[in-house]
Amino acid sequence: MNDLVTVLGLAQPQVSKHLKVLREVGLVDVRDEGRHRVYSLNGQPLRPIHEWVKNYERMWSERFEALDEVLEELVREEEADGGNN
Amino acid sequence: MVATTSSQSAKVTLPADDQLLITREFAAPKHLVYRAITEPELIKRWWNAKRGEVTLAEHDVKVGGKWRQVMVTPDGFEVGFHGEYREIVPNERVVSTEVYEGAPGGDEGGSVNTVTLTEIDGRTTMTVLCKFPSKEVRDMVVESGMEAGMQDAYDLLEEVAVSLI
Repeated sequence: MNDLVTVLGLAQPQVSKHLKVLREVGLVDVRDEGRHRVYSLNGQPLRPIHEWVKNYERMWSERFEALDEVLEELVREEEADGGNN
Repeated sequence: MVATTSSQSAKVTLPADDQLLITREFAAPKHLVYRAITEPELIKRWWNAKRGEVTLAEHDVKVGGKWRQVMVTPDGFEVGFHGEYREIVPNERVVSTEVYEGAPGGDEGGSVNTVTLTEIDGRTTMTVLCKFPSKEVRDMVVESGMEAGMQDAYDLLEEVAVSLI
């Protein structure tokens, strides 16, 4: 908890609030070690969301691969023009 | 020297229930990325990737100007999109509306898309933030990608099947 407060630069009550929400949805696990509460990440519940978005993301990836080719040509054209001037 | 092409994948995140954010870096300065996203002849070459052909691209790139694109999917299905430009900062930022002409709700069902271009060391990061009228519309758009993905899978399956004959 103290580590998180330092890293995030947020006040402890705010961090606690976020952690509570993350714990409720199962993205964060917690255990007590003496006086400290130790939180650990659990990414598994995010998997269905990733699965859901994956194909949409792939559509954009394919689109952008085609855009890469267009840009490569524009960069080459501009360099050729620069060389002539 | 020609910068190497990045073939990294696009990142799609869900900043809010009714939003999508797409992020990708390109190996080109931002004024060239801007050209590629605003000049119809260039848009035609990448917008539909390898999923068919863009048969019409009209873009009146000014505030209040209209745009329309039509593409034909590999199985011969024609789909149209149109919208209006709301804000233009050349080489930096474009805000426009986007309506899928096949969707229920007409122009009310469209999204507002904000494209930003940020250049560092000759490379440009493009972000596209899409705001939809509701979570339902946002989800429908994501799921249309799922269908397209399935279509890809079927095409691939067909190739494999044919190669086995």
